[in-house]
Amino acid sequence: MKFAVVKFPGSNCDRDMLNAAIKAGGEAEYVDYRETSLEGYDGVLIPGGFSFGDYLRSGAMASVAPITRAIKEAASAGRPVLGVCNGFQILTEIGLLPGALIFNDTHTFISRNEVLTITNNETAFTSGYEKGESVVFPVAHGEGHYYCDDETYETLAANDRIVLTYHDNPNGSRADIAGIVNEAGNVFGLMPHPERALESLLGSDDGMRLFEKMNDWEANHDYIH
Amino acid sequence: MITFTEPTEQDIRNEKLYADMGLTDEEYDKVIGILGREPNYTETGIFSVMWSEHCSYKHSKPFLKQFPTTGDRVLMGPGEGAGVVDIGDNQAVVFKVESHNHPSAVEPYQGAATGVGGIIRDIVSIGARPIGLLNSLRFGELSEPNNRRLLRGVVAGIGGYGNCIGIPTVSGEVEFDPSYDGNPLVNAMCVGTIDHDKIQKGTARGIGNKVIYVGLKTGRDGIHGATFASEELTDESESKRPSVQIGDPFTGKKLMEATLDAIRQPELVGIQDMGAAGLTSSSAEMAAKGESGIALHLDQVPVREDGITPYEMMLSETQERMLLVVEAGSEDKFLDMFEGYELDSAVIGEVTDTDRLELFFHGEKYADIPVQPLSDEAPVYILEGEAPAQDETPYSYADQDLNKVFDALIGHPTHGSKRYIYEQYDNQVGANTVQKSGFGSGVVRVEGTDKAIAMAIDGKSRYVYADPLNGGKEAVAQTFRSIISTGALPLAMTDCLNYGSPEKPEIYHQLEASTRGMAEACEMLSTPVVSGNVSLYNESKGTILPTPVIGMVGLIEDVNFMAGVEISAGDALYLVGETTKSFAGSQIEKLIDNEIRKQARHIDLELEYARGMDLRGRLIDGEVKRITPVGRGGIAIKLAQLSAFHRLGVDVEVDLDGEDLFAENASRYIVIAPAGLDIKDGTEIGRLTDEGFHIGTHDLTIDRSIDAISNTWEGAIPQCMTSTD
Repeated sequence: MKFAVVKFPGSNCDRDMLNAAIKAGGEAEYVDYRETSLEGYDGVLIPGGFSFGDYLRSGAMASVAPITRAIKEAASAGRPVLGVCNGFQILTEIGLLPGALIFNDTHTFISRNEVLTITNNETAFTSGYEKGESVVFPVAHGEGHYYCDDETYETLAANDRIVLTYHDNPNGSRADIAGIVNEAGNVFGLMPHPERALESLLGSDDGMRLFEKMNDWEANHDYIH
Repeated sequence: MITFTEPTEQDIRNEKLYADMGLTDEEYDKVIGILGREPNYTETGIFSVMWSEHCSYKHSKPFLKQFPTTGDRVLMGPGEGAGVVDIGDNQAVVFKVESHNHPSAVEPYQGAATGVGGIIRDIVSIGARPIGLLNSLRFGELSEPNNRRLLRGVVAGIGGYGNCIGIPTVSGEVEFDPSYDGNPLVNAMCVGTIDHDKIQKGTARGIGNKVIYVGLKTGRDGIHGATFASEELTDESESKRPSVQIGDPFTGKKLMEATLDAIRQPELVGIQDMGAAGLTSSSAEMAAKGESGIALHLDQVPVREDGITPYEMMLSETQERMLLVVEAGSEDKFLDMFEGYELDSAVIGEVTDTDRLELFFHGEKYADIPVQPLSDEAPVYILEGEAPAQDETPYSYADQDLNKVFDALIGHPTHGSKRYIYEQYDNQVGANTVQKSGFGSGVVRVEGTDKAIAMAIDGKSRYVYADPLNGGKEAVAQTFRSIISTGALPLAMTDCLNYGSPEKPEIYHQLEASTRGMAEACEMLSTPVVSGNVSLYNESKGTILPTPVIGMVGLIEDVNFMAGVEISAGDALYLVGETTKSFAGSQIEKLIDNEIRKQARHIDLELEYARGMDLRGRLIDGEVKRITPVGRGGIAIKLAQLSAFHRLGVDVEVDLDGEDLFAENASRYIVIAPAGLDIKDGTEIGRLTDEGFHIGTHDLTIDRSIDAISNTWEGAIPQCMTSTD
């Protein structure tokens, strides 16, 4: 699998994301936000950071960036799209995932290792985990409170699209939601950082299986509901 | 031609306008001597910032000269943007600490944010990629609403900048003491790594080479910031709010990446951050180092609004700007590159053979100053210090309710958990953070290697106040202990000297004696000083405690020894080092006596070094699991912190008096290891357990539940911050 790591001005987890994809056995290259095509890439990784300085609203400016149309095309073609942290915020802003990420309830930035539950392991992203398994990924965000209306929440819940939840909700997210997938199961957005959880020396290697399964997408893809 | 209404040379002289800018009568006369005429308005402004304490170190230079600055591994010492130290394999570590105290007192968020931005640009201007941030903070007690406001603002500002730019904040320290009421200290440190052949200097050489400006457009913010930083804070300081710069981490991030790209180009001659005194100091210092002149065409400077005068342009401290000198003919290559990063840039001048700083604006010459005297001939003041009388009254706390003292100390923000603070900082971006804030030094792996850099920052102002000479030694030694405790070999250090007004004899004595002590410690502990910063005139409601802050880095050759070490019940606890009734500058003294007696402190630097190296060896070999220095609050507080942090019990008996649990002798460690070890100068004092916290002494026992200890420790800061002010 060859992944595009989309780089916006202000992205700051781009290198970590690139390293994660490579470490999992894939290929990865940076793609500038001014590009208009993602031709030749098998998957798309949208890294964390502060795209366009989070000015206006986190992720908002990215929605009018030239690369965005290509990201949407990749998603509708069924290729895997992973958005982490600011990447998740961007996925909600460009309409690939429902809901929005708003300020943490504490109104402060929160950075710590968070225990999470894999609530759905029947996606091509999470098939390497047990259902109900606890994993540790770091979180680092100021706007990570997942918000959606009742109708959206019911749809997400009914279709098993809530993939990841917090044990100890750090930000006030509705129903402890930490990550969701789209209807087709090929777009995954999450606030915690699996790309920072690849080695036990650094505190956790629980993120590795996510990138390994993404790199094994074709074989895995049956999981998509 | 555009003309501005500015005071004339005669106005400046007759109305002593130079005094408003911070120049004394003698300094003004010296300027006239250098120029051979009276300076105009722009020139007066330029001299006043270049000769401010902040830029010229006019009161501190003689002290800084005492520091050892060389060593086998030192590749670049003080004088450049940051120090550079060899870590082998053609790689080096680059680091510096800098203060942003005055701006943070007036506008905490922006003051702290721009402090972080400034120190990052210092590291980047050497050509290094930053891998870690640290900060050392001082506030008045949190019972005061204003100190809570300052803490909130400073922490949010540090996080706001550091998190956005994407550099992990991996360690720090904070102390609360009434002497910092209204005069907080905000010292920020940045550590980066670089290949030897990429090291850049801030120099302007090669007649005809071009001067390029890149970064944010110049505005009127931060004018005279360096002058402001060299004054005492007063009630009128609020009116200096326009002297506080505004940070823009988004542009800072783009500028960092663009700069790291620029340093890879062979046509780059020199580069310097536009920090304190902005365009003035960067251009003058680069010209001085290159032994050449610089001509600037100020109409080419990107500006935020029309009507900004040359005076304002030269003194503005608008953030996120760099000044480059590039080979003539290559300028378009750089401008195109910066365009790609969506940054403003322009050719604003050239290197000349005049040895003068010449400023032109719309064809008119606004300044013509010889570079060397401007940069190097700032006056140096050597004053008389006065050692205060020593207090010989012996200490006794035996009659105090020491159980109450224990609870008060672990519940005090200085000793309690700093989670409230460090969880607001991204401490893992970059995916190389091996040890983050929470308990000791930060450890960051060098990307793509097994090596790691340990980094720590510390200050011991109460000891320095009690005994400036030995307190100065202890400040260095304490930071050395923090680095040792990671298993790293201490390499070198940076310092930030935060003091009151040097014009007061007692403060001058503090400076003189404490820097002498620091210099001796640097020598004995093999940690030369490679960079630093001075912040004087920290006076608001009173004078701050003398606060030399030490930043130190160490090298871990193979960081993998840290993997898989687990602290658990059953591990033995050892106390290494001698405990006596050492209470001068201690926390129990602060709590009970509410003052600091000026009594001698004691430290044996030879012993310090030998002990540190011995314990470090045992840690790397896996003989011991963890070593941690005993600091503020003594043994009792260290054991409580260990218990709360690991959520384990402690069962300890010591052959000491109860009050000795709170003594603060130097050179002590608690070691966690299997039982039965023979550690030099060490005593096995007990075990970690699954439940209960117990310390027994000759005349005092402390018994608590783990929950009680943890809750008090965790709640120390949050309980102060819950109010809605």
